Amino acid sequence: MSMNTQGRPSAIPAGTADAVTGTYTGNRGLQIEEPLIFEQDSAGRCGVDLPDVPKVASRLGAVKPRAKVGLPGLAEPQVVRHYTRLSQKNYAIDSGFYPLGSCTMKHNPRLNEKMARLPGFSDVHPLQPVSTVQGALELMDQLAHWLKTLTGMAAVTLAPAAGAHGEMCGIMAIRSAHEAKGDSGRTKILVPESAHGTNPATAAACGYSVDAIPATADGRVDLEALKAKLGPDVAGLMLTNPNTCGLFERDIITIAEAVHAAGAYFYCDGANFNAIVGRVRPADLGIDVMHINLHKTFSTPHGGGGPGSGPVVFAESLAPFIPVPYVTHGANGFALVENAGGGQAFGRMKAFHGQMGMFVRALAYMLSHGADGLRQASGDAVLNANYVMARLEDVMTASFDGPCMHECLFDDRFLKGTGVTTLDMAKALIDEGFHPMTMYFPLVVHGALLIEPTETESKASLDQFVDALRALAERAKSGDAAYFQAAPRLTPRRRLDETAAARKPVLRWTPPVAAEALAAE
Amino acid sequence: MTVKYTKDHEWVRVEGDVGTVGVTDFAQSQLGDVVFVELPEAGRKLEQGKEAAVVESVKAASDVYAPVSGTVLEANQALVDDPAMVNSAAETDGWFFKLTLSDLSQLDALMDEAAYKAFVEESH
Amino acid sequence: MRYLPLTEADRQSMLAATRATSVDDLFRDVPEAARLAGPIGGLPSHMGELEVERLLGSMAAKNLPAGSVPSFLGAGAYRHHVPATVDHLVQRGEFLTAYTPYQPEVSQGTLQVLFEFQTQVALLTGMDVANASMYDGATSCAEAVMMANRVTRRKKAILSGGLHPHYRDVTTTDARFIGFEAVALPPAPRGGEDLLALVDDKTSCVVVQNPDLFGHVRDYTELAAACQAKGALLIVVVTEALSLGLLTPPGDMGADIVAAEGQSFGNALNFGGPYVGLFAVKDKYVRQMPGRLCGETVDADGRRGFVLTLSTREQHIRREKATSNICTNSGLCALAFSIHVSLLGEAGITQLAQLNHAKAVQLADKLAAVPGVELLNDGFFNEFTVKLPKPAAAVVEELAKRRILGGVPVSRLYPGEMDDLLLVAVTETNTDADMDAFAAALTEVLA
Repeated sequence: MSMNTQGRPSAIPAGTADAVTGTYTGNRGLQIEEPLIFEQDSAGRCGVDLPDVPKVASRLGAVKPRAKVGLPGLAEPQVVRHYTRLSQKNYAIDSGFYPLGSCTMKHNPRLNEKMARLPGFSDVHPLQPVSTVQGALELMDQLAHWLKTLTGMAAVTLAPAAGAHGEMCGIMAIRSAHEAKGDSGRTKILVPESAHGTNPATAAACGYSVDAIPATADGRVDLEALKAKLGPDVAGLMLTNPNTCGLFERDIITIAEAVHAAGAYFYCDGANFNAIVGRVRPADLGIDVMHINLHKTFSTPHGGGGPGSGPVVFAESLAPFIPVPYVTHGANGFALVENAGGGQAFGRMKAFHGQMGMFVRALAYMLSHGADGLRQASGDAVLNANYVMARLEDVMTASFDGPCMHECLFDDRFLKGTGVTTLDMAKALIDEGFHPMTMYFPLVVHGALLIEPTETESKASLDQFVDALRALAERAKSGDAAYFQAAPRLTPRRRLDETAAARKPVLRWTPPVAAEALAAE
Repeated sequence: MTVKYTKDHEWVRVEGDVGTVGVTDFAQSQLGDVVFVELPEAGRKLEQGKEAAVVESVKAASDVYAPVSGTVLEANQALVDDPAMVNSAAETDGWFFKLTLSDLSQLDALMDEAAYKAFVEESH
Repeated sequence: MRYLPLTEADRQSMLAATRATSVDDLFRDVPEAARLAGPIGGLPSHMGELEVERLLGSMAAKNLPAGSVPSFLGAGAYRHHVPATVDHLVQRGEFLTAYTPYQPEVSQGTLQVLFEFQTQVALLTGMDVANASMYDGATSCAEAVMMANRVTRRKKAILSGGLHPHYRDVTTTDARFIGFEAVALPPAPRGGEDLLALVDDKTSCVVVQNPDLFGHVRDYTELAAACQAKGALLIVVVTEALSLGLLTPPGDMGADIVAAEGQSFGNALNFGGPYVGLFAVKDKYVRQMPGRLCGETVDADGRRGFVLTLSTREQHIRREKATSNICTNSGLCALAFSIHVSLLGEAGITQLAQLNHAKAVQLADKLAAVPGVELLNDGFFNEFTVKLPKPAAAVVEELAKRRILGGVPVSRLYPGEMDDLLLVAVTETNTDADMDAFAAALTEVLA
């Protein structure tokens, strides 16, 4: 392996045409190669101008000032160009169709961004006197009102930072409720096989053993198997509804009754609440506790992996246990309960009051849609998914009969014998200009392809996607596996070697000297 | 020398009261490219059917269970340095650990090679 | 509705393709008794942008923005100047509206950012490797303790009384439900706690904060060595990441894990969130780390690229055996952090940290000169504790009436305790005039 002057492994000798792109720079028109920020360093260069430091004797106590950090120096235009070029290597909802099942990649309105940046929300310290943050508490109270009304539940905590964090919160509340009743014999949480990985991870983290419930042939929870597992050792059931196969659990009310009859609580993973918001209230289905991903149902941006926000709604039976902090109506306006004191609050989830920036965005979205618009949105989301399913079921293999909810699930039976895998199909879609659907999840079908169009796609956009997928399915069946296996061809990078990445992890840039020393070892 | 197999796709080769344990060739083919193994330290007491080691591929992480009870004699350091050996030599150089068996009669309930082959064909 | 592209004609033709009679018919699996016939009651109908702006604007107007008055609050959240470039770049749709980079070929932008972020965090903390972020500093701290439990196979954490009480509470909440012991020492506003005396052969880790809640700066080199001798890990928490630009980093002191809050770089106060948790460890603990990791590799053409790696530690694969249930993290906040740190660079970060410290020294002297006020700290970075002759919460309220946000009363964090102590933070955003106004107002309120 040759090394360039920066000590980085490089396949291309400098000064000759790039073997991949045929250009001298390795760039390809608008696709511009961008080195690491650390490879653009010039000592002393800086992207900010700061005032002179007042001349005072430092007072650091016993600690010495550090000699150096090791960060690179760049001027502002270089930084702007670096991140702009990097951004252009990303696929995003703003650029195209992103039907990533179970992730709800819908349009992120810019009004939400504008509202979150009002100084009255963004430039407020979490520990300012409560008298100076009445508007912030009012916003939290309003959001709580919307969430409680849309779910029919009695109480809500806004504290959890994301869906999985909300799951922890819900399971902690369930355990607190059992403990408050002196019931310590409940050691199990039931989780369907089709669940998101976070469900069993959460239950296990909270000290419960996880018992998997099988699915029926029509993609729902096996009610009889569930009933057989319910007993005095079960603390609760964690169920996603609509489930991860994109189907509504028809027996949900019976399930809830059985869970309650066994003295257990019913946790609903609300990751797919976007399919049913404004159409049915979870409280009316017998659900005791549910988290809501504001970054899915209420359109706060995913940001390349967060921040999320995972408020949790609770039925009356679990309401006393919600964690601090929460907003109350006091004598002088809104008050903030920050300490559990002698109450039943089970504890604290996060440093401050929750993801305020996400609350503003979500409320802006809710207000924009209104009760009528939210109902229309879930209707359109479900219609779009059913339309995609209807237009694909003759060339691909739908795993279950419809109607589906907000997403439709296919498996890889249609690829049998073609030599093309679900992964290959996804990579070929990338070359067609789409983000692939979710692959290999849920685990209950083989080679899953889970498509979630969301309500913010036009019919023309769906038709283009469907046409491309139909053509690809036909091409796969015609025996052109090599085409798929080499995909994607047109992206800034082609398939990446994940095995090498995991066997010898390189998780950071190292300065050239250190890298050379390492190579010499 | 006897070689026995479990339904969880471990093999154990026994000489005297010392057993050498690994995962089967079928198991490695299901895992895909192995990238990491975590092996038990010498002296650890293992219980039959309980977690003994971890094997990770790019897409899956699996526990390796002790096929028999016993005390770990040594772990295969070469495997830690080169986990790909699980793929290239699952039932030879890619062994995980050796242990002193505490109950030789546990072997009786395990499958021999022919029975394991039949088990794999039947269940997959 | 402006966010919904389907026309009524589209809906009709699409329904025909699905062989459903109506949109409502597609919901036929929902038990009929629970189905709502029309829009839910008790909530308003849709609004235009203008109406939403008016409504939310009126709520925002009821708050006192910290930047509109002299403001000296810290205690885990710091008001720093965020360069315009940062907020412009994080709003690029390709960053803002992308998902977790599960398809690396179309996510190299986010992935390279994460790789650079991990490197920046490792350099700042003086550690070997860092992950791609956690929810915030407090959850990072709790995850660090759980990781120490896994590494040492022990189940007792010792938490310094200098640890932010919210961080302590998040950790003890996890301890109660997840099943480990977390021994929290009482607060020591003047220092002098003996952590090592509590370390025994069941102790998985000692958690200290630097600078601590009260602003004290300490060298934990000896504690690190002593923990190591007893088989326990040293976790250093940092709530003011800018301090890493000036102080000996935890890695150089021998820390095993650093759990920090990164809000100070690139992220607004936001009334407490979203923020960005930093998590860095020694090399040998990489596979026990929670959260996402981005790693370098090559593509099919041999060119350098990046992927999420070691994901078998994570919930979507390991399920109930995952190192943590964390899924979504703080991607966009990490991006803001990274851009700000890139703009600052070596020269900027050093100067900004020195500036914060020098201003804090100036304000500490000004406040210590106010009759009845005592400065508790010998060493500090940009935050310190003063003892007042009156309850600090009431003083802060009085200062707020004079349009000065004069710090965080310790009793806000420790109800009913230490009510005469006030935490005061200073940053580059505070002018000389701000500091003089604060000292003058405090003199008035205490008179």
